[in-house]
Amino acid sequence: MDQESIKNRLQEKYPSYQIDEGGQWIVLNVPVSDWKQVAAELRNEAEFELDFLFCLTAVDWKTHFSVVFHLRSILHNHELVVKVKIDDRQNPVLETVSDIWRTAEFHEREAYDLFGIRFNYHPDLRRLFLTEDWKGWPLRKDYEDPVNMIKL
Amino acid sequence: MLEEIGTSAEGDLIINVGPQHPSTHGVLHLVITLQGETIKKVEPHLGYIHRSIEKMCESLSYRQFIYVTSRMDYLSSHINNLGCALAVEKGLQVEVPRRAMVIRVLMSELTRLASHQLWWGAMAMDIGALTPFFHAFREREMINDIMEETCGARLTMNYMVPGGVMFDLHPDFQKKVKEFIAHFKGKIDEYDELLTGNVIFRERTVGVGKISREDAISYGCSGPVARAAGVSCDIRKHAPYDMYSELKFDEILHTDGDCYARYLVRMQEMRQSLNIIEQLIDNIPEGDFQAKTKAVLKLPKGEYYSMVETARGEFGVYIISEGAMTPYRIKFRSPGFSNLSALDHMAKGSKIGDLVAIMGTLDLVIPDIDR
Amino acid sequence: MFSLEKISIGVQTALNNSLPAFWALMAQFAIVGVLVISLFAVLGLVLVFMERKVSAYMQIRLGPNRVGYKGTAQTLADTLKLLVKEGLIPDGADKFLFRLAPYVVMISAMLLMAPIPFSRNFQIWDINIGVLYISAISSMAVIGILMAGWSSNNKYSLLGAMRSGAQIVSYELSAGLSVLSIVILSGSLQLSEIIQSQENGWWLFKGHIPAVIAFVIFIIAVTAETNRAPFDLAEAESELTAGFHTEYSGMRFALFFLAEYANIFIVCAIGATLFLGGWMPFHVGSWSAFNQIMDYIPGSIWFFGKTFLLIFVIMWFRWTFPRLRIDQLLNLEWKYLLPIGLINLLLITVMAILGWHF
Repeated sequence: MDQESIKNRLQEKYPSYQIDEGGQWIVLNVPVSDWKQVAAELRNEAEFELDFLFCLTAVDWKTHFSVVFHLRSILHNHELVVKVKIDDRQNPVLETVSDIWRTAEFHEREAYDLFGIRFNYHPDLRRLFLTEDWKGWPLRKDYEDPVNMIKL
Repeated sequence: MLEEIGTSAEGDLIINVGPQHPSTHGVLHLVITLQGETIKKVEPHLGYIHRSIEKMCESLSYRQFIYVTSRMDYLSSHINNLGCALAVEKGLQVEVPRRAMVIRVLMSELTRLASHQLWWGAMAMDIGALTPFFHAFREREMINDIMEETCGARLTMNYMVPGGVMFDLHPDFQKKVKEFIAHFKGKIDEYDELLTGNVIFRERTVGVGKISREDAISYGCSGPVARAAGVSCDIRKHAPYDMYSELKFDEILHTDGDCYARYLVRMQEMRQSLNIIEQLIDNIPEGDFQAKTKAVLKLPKGEYYSMVETARGEFGVYIISEGAMTPYRIKFRSPGFSNLSALDHMAKGSKIGDLVAIMGTLDLVIPDIDR
Repeated sequence: MFSLEKISIGVQTALNNSLPAFWALMAQFAIVGVLVISLFAVLGLVLVFMERKVSAYMQIRLGPNRVGYKGTAQTLADTLKLLVKEGLIPDGADKFLFRLAPYVVMISAMLLMAPIPFSRNFQIWDINIGVLYISAISSMAVIGILMAGWSSNNKYSLLGAMRSGAQIVSYELSAGLSVLSIVILSGSLQLSEIIQSQENGWWLFKGHIPAVIAFVIFIIAVTAETNRAPFDLAEAESELTAGFHTEYSGMRFALFFLAEYANIFIVCAIGATLFLGGWMPFHVGSWSAFNQIMDYIPGSIWFFGKTFLLIFVIMWFRWTFPRLRIDQLLNLEWKYLLPIGLINLLLITVMAILGWHF
């Protein structure tokens, strides 16, 4: 599918979600509560079949987090970006998609490690790069480390 | 952090492979649960050279951050740099001169050859044949010399800049590359004779570390690992960057998904890379090697994602810009990280010797995984 | 003409004439002991140097070329380094067994030296069950390896030792069967007689194809028995770091290292003795003039020449082949080599009874 038809299909299917265009790919904004179900639908429905999660990351917008999923369909060779906005900065929680895309298991651990976003029902949510006793979440904008960080 | 290192409650043997171990090629740490010689579980412990490059990049300018990525996948630093340069160019809307594009593709393919050569030697060494390593390094040395002449470095090249390349080619470049092609064409047949047909090598790799097409996609595998399982995922074909849409080359696909298929994919990719270099080496257009860009680069507010095919798979650069001199957030999608996540799946139920073969054919570069 | 036989007889007569019989024997013991130990030391130096040069040649390198004349003193320098290094013993190791293990391996290698005929009548002990003695003693080394692996208190060592145990016990059978085939052909267990029986041609040529098969199986089996690549699973440095000697350092490591090379020398010497006539020059049946010319080359040169040829072959294996996996290794032995060896033995027996060999 080309971008236009993806956009139309998404609008039909998820009329309440905001869809951004103008960037490289269509961006679908999904609320936290619906994410798991939407993910399963995007993965399994034949017209989308977004089976390849090639990038999972989070962004700290100081007021909220957004978790960004870059999805691709190997069959149709189209891409879709899904953003999930998490407003609760103190205790950011999202449901895991590691049972839908297995690669998410590692990527979610990375996001947990560096942003402190907890993924519910994740099979093995631990720190990935940093040691278990590390304090703080390094990729958050308010993270301070006087030893390892050099301020410009 | 680690479990009680000894035996598990079920009486299985738990051993640590790494962080210092001859076959992890870096500081990868695997905790493997063994029943006799059979592997029950492989659990990677990462982060021994985690430098938080993504955080570092948030305080580097768009010209500077490119060169940090040479330190990620140091075996394909050209291609990493290229990915970053492409992302910045996307934001700046710069037209890259044709000469620069050709140089970039040439350098990328030379890098891919060098990386595959090193992989070939190192993988053979993991499997127990020590000699191929030296044979592979002899040819890799020639590539390194070519690189050194043009960009002054042998490993972390730092040659790409937004809008082109940093210097023009060395006058001897074409001559040297042609010499190399003539030399390597004979040698790659020698590689095949030395290892591909060897009975023991086949015994060790055929049917070992199998991954199905569905699993390869689900685990986010890319590059030769996925292509050996039948996933068509070559970025050079599916989302061509620079010159690749104008070039004739094949995407190598195998369907077995085992170590031998991964081996064959890389061997044939080397031939394809030679093919690409041959198409371009006589047709380097005259002109600028760099587009004119401002001294201080500022990307307009927005999000830019670029992907390139490194020797290990899909490398992605995700830049979020707020319009400042430095990126607001950068994410690198490294191929090794996703490929590694499939290791447990591949190695379950096989022997320790197989684990080494699987790691060898996954072609892991640890700084690329840890970032 | 130069002959080791004359020297040994000369020394023996001199000792017997000047000393009482008991002390003459004691003096002989001492001389033989010193000779064996120094032969081991020299062999270690020569073989390590040879291996490094052979590997360098195969790997398009130069190899050691700085210390001494063209690098010949390199292994001596390495030995000196190992001698002065601290021998670490890991915490939690069984210290007594840990210290004992290298000596067990080394002693079993030294004991094997006894029945090997270096030249005509130049043999430490011409025991009449020489072949049996060799088979018996050579299986003792595995005890030392298991001891080393277990006492190190290291899982890699343990895995290596277990692999080594399985491997040596299995391949002992094939090696034994192919040795037996020569025993059947020559009708004797005494090594000097086996060599004598090859006066009109080596068993490799006299025994037709079955003897060649036995020889090939023997070479494969002893490569496995000495834990050399492609069967070096006990050490498999890319899997088990260094296998059973992971925790060894300094002189104890050097002993393992030396024992490995001594074992290679010994198995190759046995192979040369059984299949290639040992010190017996290259003779062809009734060509007496040709045989006479061949006899001008001293037996010791024939012996060492053949042995080093076999050593070179084994080194060649190591630097070209990838390593097998443990289950494939055992499959190769139990599913292929052992049945082939058994059938081959049957053939040879038939051949020996009917007198079909030359």
